[in-house]
This record gives sequence, structure tokens and C-alpha cells, in this order.
Amino acid sequence: MKPLRARRTKAIAITATVTFLVLATVVAFFVGSSSVGLPEFWALITGHPLSDSAKSILLNVRLPRVLAALLAGAALAMAGALIQAVLDNPLACPNIIGINAGAGFAVLLVSAFVPGLFALQPLAAFAGALVTAVIIFFISLGMGASRLTVVLAGIALSSIFAAGMNTILIVNPDAYIGASRFLVGGLSGVLMTNLIWPAPYIIIGLVVAVLVANKLNIMSLGDATAHSLGMNVGRWRMSLLGLAALLAGCAVSFAGLLGFVGLIVPHLIRFLVGHDNRVVLPLSATFGAAFVVFCDLLARTAFAPYEIPVGILMAFIGGPFFVYLIIKNRKHGDA
Amino acid sequence: MRKTDATKGTERFADVTKGTVPFVTSSEDMTKGTVPFVTSGTVPFVTSAAARPVASTPARGVSPQAISVKDLSYTYTKKPFIEGLSLDIARGEITSIVGPNGCGKSTLLKLIDGIIEPHGGEVLIDGKPSLGMKGRQRARHLALLAQGARPPAMSVEALVACGRYPYHSQMRSHLDAEDKRQIEEAMLLAGIEEFRNHDVRRLSGGERQRAFIAMTLAQDTDIIALDEPTTYLDVRACHDIMQLITELNRISGKTILMVIHDLDLALRYSDAMVVMKKGRCICAGSVEEVFDSGAIEQAFHIEVCRVPSKDRTAYTLFPLD
Repeated sequence: MKPLRARRTKAIAITATVTFLVLATVVAFFVGSSSVGLPEFWALITGHPLSDSAKSILLNVRLPRVLAALLAGAALAMAGALIQAVLDNPLACPNIIGINAGAGFAVLLVSAFVPGLFALQPLAAFAGALVTAVIIFFISLGMGASRLTVVLAGIALSSIFAAGMNTILIVNPDAYIGASRFLVGGLSGVLMTNLIWPAPYIIIGLVVAVLVANKLNIMSLGDATAHSLGMNVGRWRMSLLGLAALLAGCAVSFAGLLGFVGLIVPHLIRFLVGHDNRVVLPLSATFGAAFVVFCDLLARTAFAPYEIPVGILMAFIGGPFFVYLIIKNRKHGDA
Repeated sequence: MRKTDATKGTERFADVTKGTVPFVTSSEDMTKGTVPFVTSGTVPFVTSAAARPVASTPARGVSPQAISVKDLSYTYTKKPFIEGLSLDIARGEITSIVGPNGCGKSTLLKLIDGIIEPHGGEVLIDGKPSLGMKGRQRARHLALLAQGARPPAMSVEALVACGRYPYHSQMRSHLDAEDKRQIEEAMLLAGIEEFRNHDVRRLSGGERQRAFIAMTLAQDTDIIALDEPTTYLDVRACHDIMQLITELNRISGKTILMVIHDLDLALRYSDAMVVMKKGRCICAGSVEEVFDSGAIEQAFHIEVCRVPSKDRTAYTLFPLD
């Protein structure tokens, strides 16, 4: 590809992604089940007088929801991009290798035993995600572990954690308010108090990931070459998986087991702009944020008066895409 | 006649390799000869005397050996794979390591680069223990081109730019003027500047190998190690790569250490050779010395014949029964 054309494609992709993000965010603010819409939104921004109920809907219902979608989307897409690059496995993403389930189990465990302690939830989610990531890391290191082996191991881990979550919910049905939403991944009922603790971790995680993106480029040369260039490959691989676990875990702590964002978005971005992780990572986060805001908007308006959790919509899109990736990988003979 | 001599010689080699005494000096042929391998740089070899680069005269305080392997041991399973291996790689020369499959050549290269850690002994790079070095520090002394490195999804220029990694701090990937100069120079030397915007995956085998060599050049090290640089290449590309390696040695003064399967190429293009068998070094010295010792013939169980043409020499191999 000519460099000029490549640069133009990149510029177009960046512009389109940012535009998508801004549009989706703004629209998500003034569309919803109540009649509060564009005029009220405009009044709020410009500081004009506004009825208390409209103000409350915008600030206490829609703002946390949009923020949650932005944070969860960015975190999960970034985690997916990191995991795919670190494990050199296009089939991997936080929900497929079991990181989401590990985090979810930890969140339910904490809410069952120390309810109401919101500060603890993202940390517990991170711990659960990290444990899963470490297990997957050692499985992927094993001799002859193929890409599908890692995926199968992830499915096994997910089943175990799912069994754990169901056990908690059967023994203690009140452990988590909106548990059914949590299990499929949804953003209805997310409050600011749910976001205050995980949000800083996610923002720090995103910044660090973008700063170290070049490591992933070096890693893509293979372990021996990366080592020869002076990189401590094992240490960085584990650190970056830990970073992915932090991002995914924090997202799970308020959005539940939201899947497939981390699978679809990085693939789409790489298809558009190529494999340079210094571009792929920030764009994945941006597009992931926009994508979840957009899907959540669809999920709460398309089937009005019913509202479906965004996780269900994601699964409808992501499931077939995952099957497509498996078939494509098989054809290349390296699955 | 040579064969019996060589066998006798190797038995003796095997005894000394365990000790710390530099192995080469114990060789009967070599002590008799006037050219002990360890005194590199000062004694011209027949093959390259005229074109010896200035870089072979070590600066003050720098070890005369580019790489020094001391009593190295490594075990994959329970049985020792490499045991008591000692070896010196002279500065400013092209040294080839040859030996049958599974003799530990690639493992030795991995031990030198520190991808795997030895269970005994040590490796000195430029006189400093390699295990004591930080990754980036080592990567400024020694560049290793791994065997069959997977072609990454990036342009040639981006690949070559990866060679500047050891000079960047943890968070920096921005290229400064010096980086850019080194990258341009590396691409020019390797003859791939016309492909700079091509995807590495779409290059031919020879071009791809040049791109990887350019990356190791951008690393700006005195020593370059190559693990089977000519595997899977056609005969023209093999010679192109070897000529490039020769140029890097003669003109840029790089110390070259390579593992190579093609004995003809090794004998033609090297200054010095190391013959390995079953995790031991059975002979080391200048190409002439190694050729005359018969160690190659003994290691591979073949006969090596010189085929002189007008001004060059090729080597033909015949299997022995």
C-alpha cells in the first residue's frame, strides 16, 4: 500500500470513529423512554431553566448510563485488542477466555458477603479477572497449545465461574440487585455510585495501554526476536494481560458480563487501519465506546416499550462473528 | 589418512572441553600451526587478510573476544544437552557454527543471546557477563536474527524501525533524528530501500531476509548473530545474503556469528568455523585449520572436496558409507 493512501485511510478511520463517538453520545442523551429530548438537553447545556424532573432524568438516569456505556465499551474493546495481541490469538477476547466470568464471579461473591461496599467491587472484579488471565497465560504457554485450545480452556473456565455465580444466586437470591441483567450484561439501573470507583482505574488503564502499545508491535515479531531487541517478553506479556484484566474486570463490575465488544471492535479496526498497535489500541477504545453507546441506544429504543439488556444485542451480533472467525482461522490452517 | 587423524584429535578435544582452558589451544593441528584462534585480529587469515576492517583492532579496555563462552552447560531434560562448552568468537570476523541436526548449535545461539539461561558456566559479550546485562543493554551489543522469524504485518520501514527499540525508554516509541538516520542507513546497506513501503509478508524469501537483516543493522550493534540465515532461500538468494553478510563484516566492521547448515556457504564465506557434535565443540579455528583437521568430515560422516575454479573455490560433499 502506498504510504499516502495508508495515511489517508487512517485519517478517515480516525475522523469517522470520533464522529461516531460524538454523535452516538449526544443522541443517547436525548433519546429514551421518557419524553425528555433535544430541547431539554439543549436547555441543560446552555443553562436555561429546566423542570426538575427533566433535569433529574438527564443527570441521574441518562448521564450515568451513557458514561457507563462509554467506559465499558472503551475498556472491553481495549482489553480485547490487548489480549488478541498478547496471546497472538484472533479468537481471544475477555468473555471468550473467561476473564469476564472470573470477574463476574468475584463481583457476586463480594456482593453476597459484603453488600453495599461499592469500592470493593472493581478490585474484586480485577482480582477475579487476573486469576483467570494467569491461568489462561500458563495454558497458552504449554507445549502445543493451539489458538483453539486457549479458547476451549476459556470456555471451561467460564462454565466453572458461571456455575459459581449461579450457586451464589440460588443460595442468596438478593446478593445482587438486577442479577439477571448482570449475567447477560446490561446498563439499565447503573448509578453514579457504581461508576465512581471503577472509572479512574479504567481511565488510567486506557492511558497506560496506549503508552505501551509499541511493545505489542515488537511482540508481534515473535518471542525470540522481541527478546533479541531487549524486551523481557514474559514479563511484558504477563503485565499486559494483567492490564487487560484490570480493564475488563472494572467494566464487568458495573456492566455485568458484557461480551463480544472486545472481539468485534479490534477486528474491525485492524481491518480498516492495519496492524500497528499504536493506532489500533486508541482507535479500538474510541470505537468500542461509541459502539456500546450506540448498541445500548438501540437496545433501549428499538423494542419500545420493552428494553433489552445491551449484552443480548451484543451476543446476537458477536456470536455469528465469532463463528465466522473460527471458520476463517481454520481455512488459514493455524487455528 | 586425514580421517584417522581427525578421530584421534577429537578424542583429545573432548577431554579438554570440560576444562576452562580455551579449547582451541589444545588442538594438535592448531598448536603446531602458527595461527591460534584466540589471538584474533592480530593474525591475518588467508581468506580475508587484505580486507580486514579497522574494527578488528579492539579499542582500549575492550575484550579482544566479541563473545566468550565459558564452560557452558544446558539441559533440556535429564541428560545434559550441552556440557562444558568453551569457545571464543573473535572480534571482526565471520564465524560459522556447523554441525549435524540436534548438535546444539541453535541452543548455543539461544544461550549466547540469553533467551534461555545456562545451567552452568557463563557467556561474556564484549567482556561482560551477558546474564548481568539488562535486555536493552545486551541488545545494543548483540543483535540476533532468529531462525525463520515470522513475517509481521508491517511495512519494511516499520520493521527496520523496530531495531531501534533498545535505544528507547519504556514509554517512548517516537523516532528521533538519530533513529531515522540509522534506519535509512540500514535499509540502504541491506539494499531494501526501494521496498520500504511494502508489506513484509508480500516480499520474496530473500527480500524478507534482507529486511530482517536491516532490522538487526538498525540495532547498531558490533555483533550480529544469525540463526540459519539462508534456510528456505534459493541458491541465488543464499549467495546474495552471504555477500551482504560479507559486506557488513568487511565494510561496516561487524562481527558475524552464524549457525548455518550449508557447508559450502560456510566454508566459502567464513573466516573462522566452529564444528559441534552432540553438544560439544569438536573443532574451532580458521576455515583452513578446520578444513584441514577433518572435523567436518568426522562430524557429518562425509567427504569434503575442494573444487577450485579460476579465482574461487567451491566445496562439494560426498556421503561416506
